Amino acid sequence: MSTTTGKAAQPAKVQAGPGTSASPAAGPQGRRGRKRASMGVQNAAGWLFSTPFLVLFTVFMAFPILATLLMSFTDFGLRNVTHPLDAKFIGFENYVNLFSDDKFLKSLFNTAYFVVIGVPLTIFLGLVAAVLLNNGIDRARTFFRVGFYAPVVTTIVAVAVVWRFVLDPSDGLIGGLFTEVGLTPPDFLGSETLAMPSMIAMAVWRNLGTVMVLFIAGLQAIPTEVREAAKLDGAGVWHEFRRITVPLLRPTLLYATVITTIGYLNVFEEPFVMTQGGPSDSTLTVSLNMYREGFNFFHMGYASAMAYVLFVVIMGITVLQLRLLKDNTK
Amino acid sequence: MSATRAPGAVPTAKSKEPIRPQGMKKTRNPKRPLVYVLLSVGLLIMSAPFLWMALSAFKTSSELSASPPVWIPTEWTLDNFRDLLDKLDLPLYFMNSVIVAVLVTLSNLVFCSMLGYALAKLNFVGRNKIFGLVLGALMVPGNLMLLPLFVLMSKLQLIDTYAGLVLPFAAGAFGVFLMRQFMQSIPDELLEAARMDGAGEWYIFWRIVMPLVKPALATLSIFTFLGSWNNFVWPLIATNDPDKYTLPVALATFATDPNKAGGSNGMLMAGAFLVVLPVLVLFIALQRHFTQGIATAGMK
Repeated sequence: MSTTTGKAAQPAKVQAGPGTSASPAAGPQGRRGRKRASMGVQNAAGWLFSTPFLVLFTVFMAFPILATLLMSFTDFGLRNVTHPLDAKFIGFENYVNLFSDDKFLKSLFNTAYFVVIGVPLTIFLGLVAAVLLNNGIDRARTFFRVGFYAPVVTTIVAVAVVWRFVLDPSDGLIGGLFTEVGLTPPDFLGSETLAMPSMIAMAVWRNLGTVMVLFIAGLQAIPTEVREAAKLDGAGVWHEFRRITVPLLRPTLLYATVITTIGYLNVFEEPFVMTQGGPSDSTLTVSLNMYREGFNFFHMGYASAMAYVLFVVIMGITVLQLRLLKDNTK
Repeated sequence: MSATRAPGAVPTAKSKEPIRPQGMKKTRNPKRPLVYVLLSVGLLIMSAPFLWMALSAFKTSSELSASPPVWIPTEWTLDNFRDLLDKLDLPLYFMNSVIVAVLVTLSNLVFCSMLGYALAKLNFVGRNKIFGLVLGALMVPGNLMLLPLFVLMSKLQLIDTYAGLVLPFAAGAFGVFLMRQFMQSIPDELLEAARMDGAGEWYIFWRIVMPLVKPALATLSIFTFLGSWNNFVWPLIATNDPDKYTLPVALATFATDPNKAGGSNGMLMAGAFLVVLPVLVLFIALQRHFTQGIATAGMK
């Protein structure tokens, strides 16, 4: 199938110099071939194949990341959208102002609230679903898995619109169920205390499928022999779970926690659609706050500082999680 | 296999564990009804919002505001859809979403595969650095780039254009990572043989490697298409002209504007239904790819 047309020898078979057999994975055969294939040709090909990604990465990622940092030290405003270089350098003023800005501190607190409650709940329920699905259910497994995963693939905006209606105290589903049992339904999204928990509930509902799928893959990677051995040694269900499943799931738990945390720290669509950050900023998250400052009020320098604070927080928490949850047995 | 099947016991479908003592299977069975009950309750909760949405989209306004709530509409109506289409040019937004998602998917398929191939199979100076860059890019939250990207796109006059919506997502790090993982499993001998026959790298990539990674391409297509379809923040920022809105932007703008949607939950449910339906159908049809893709990406 892969016969090539020209049998002509490859031009320019420059012998590879010393130190070029860098790939440790290549076996003896591969290494011999690699030496014969010219290093120069591969260098050129390697960079040519990398070029499209690198160009896009540089223009639309690396440059903006750097530019955000630079903008955060300026008074970048609406007029600077057309004249970016006119923005005035103001040092750390934006950052100083941020930490005396009650609204920003509130949004930082709200985001933390969302993450601290939301992430463990999502991980826990995702793990429960995975363990249940991995528990001898064979024929119905796909059916349940599809059902639990479906919210993940759906558009957050649409889902947020639906949840807004589900939680509506007068016409909504939950409100209706309250009335049916003779209770007055609370105004979930209109209440300062209940708006955030409602949004967390929705996030958990939407994201536990991802965690579940990760854990199912992790559970299936545990060799059956290990479980059988534990059973033969008289380990009960709980013991097996505690001593076999949990330790061997550690890498999965780490990955699931890290990606869920990063996702939750960036929460934006849910408050944008469901509450617009209200009532009285009780669901204003850092991302939503940044969006408003940057694109409604065009305080783009100030918003850039917010973006960087959030970024630093995300990096810090990720590193911390990698440290804390790292596999200590290795 | 059938010899181990205890009479009356539910057979475990696969022959994964061919010789299993009968007693062991009996200890599993009693729990199974409980597992099913728990899963069913879970599934009911998980699907309730979707059911509520789908059913409400076809309810009359009186049943929409009925208390206690009406689950199944007694009188099915398309009025909500009709009203919505009067107010919102959904076919236009649908087309915008499709065009952007298709372009993003195609460019990711080509560009991510190219770099994935280079990282997996080509030996070149700087390879490890580029791979480090890709891994780093995976960690960067999209929100960090929004402000300068908007300025850049304004300068390039790409606001309200498809190019402006597509370019920032034209080559994602996730795709590179996925393609590299898959391409690493292609035997080097195969590529060496082709090189020996005088095939150029582009030929090898396009004619030999790409056909071999079709499952990975399928997975990447699904994830990229979906990511683009559901994307909200950037299209919200990069479009001012309502004619260039994608579906989520149109729906969110409609839903948060009290003058337009008002209290019409019927119209909103019809809108959400139309946005979610294609995705759900696609997902159910291709569900195997989804879970495999997630698991592959997570396994590293």
